[in-house]
Amino acid sequence: MTLDLTCRELVEFASDYLEQALPARERVRCEQHLVLCTGCARYLDQMRAVVRLAGTLAAEDELGEAGRERLLAALDAWRSRRR
Amino acid sequence: MIPARDEALVAALRAGDRDVLARLVRGWSNGMLRLAAAYVDDRAAAEEVVQDAWIAVLEGIDRFQGRAALRTWVFRIVANLARRRAARERRTVPLSALGGADEPPVEPERFVAAGRALAGHWADPPRALTAEERLLAAETRARLLEAIRDLPPGQRAVITLRDVDGWSAEDVCATLELTRANQRVLLHRARSSVRRALAPYLEEGGR
Repeated sequence: MTLDLTCRELVEFASDYLEQALPARERVRCEQHLVLCTGCARYLDQMRAVVRLAGTLAAEDELGEAGRERLLAALDAWRSRRR
Repeated sequence: MIPARDEALVAALRAGDRDVLARLVRGWSNGMLRLAAAYVDDRAAAEEVVQDAWIAVLEGIDRFQGRAALRTWVFRIVANLARRRAARERRTVPLSALGGADEPPVEPERFVAAGRALAGHWADPPRALTAEERLLAAETRARLLEAIRDLPPGQRAVITLRDVDGWSAEDVCATLELTRANQRVLLHRARSSVRRALAPYLEEGGR
């Protein structure tokens, strides 16, 4: 742990840190803190896990084949009315 | 000027090419439904938003100028229609839509209190990540969906496009008409809330 940045501050930077959106100064403070603080390293691991797990939800076929067919049929109907 | 990667698609849509339309509908509609659902609670209503958005795309494609990518333009239509529909259907705005009372990313009592040695450092630090199979378990997934669903609409839209659909920050800003700073704040709040809700499922020895 370094006293320069508290854990409480680090969790506020966590998402921006993962985004590589922090100004250089803050980024260095976070990196120095993370080297010494297991708790914050684990906090970031959890954040990364959230991002990764969220990414697996994209494979969910919420609409389904039936939903897509419904959609295409509605668009076909709209197009033929228009012609 | 229409960006080169969109040129053929736009030309095909303008010509009424049904195959190209079907391909785009197949490729994008799940993402469009997820975005609509960020604003519109009812599943059937969200599906209607997607349908209305496609009709708006077909109606407006002749006027599409390519100032944004085609996908950005299409998803912006979804977001606008969904917001309008939500505003119409919601007589009272729930607290959560206003951003709610913002909870901190971590319960304050998990840090050492002010005035003591090591104030602001972990008193009760996070535990190590649980085994991969528990991370990927159906229960964790269900809790994750629930945590995303509980977010205020703006946060939900951002985390959905960024982390579920894997879009770049730049594309999300263009689609949702956000500044870079606002996008980052919404993403930070969304990820923090979801992590907090999911923590018992992420940690070794949790639940």
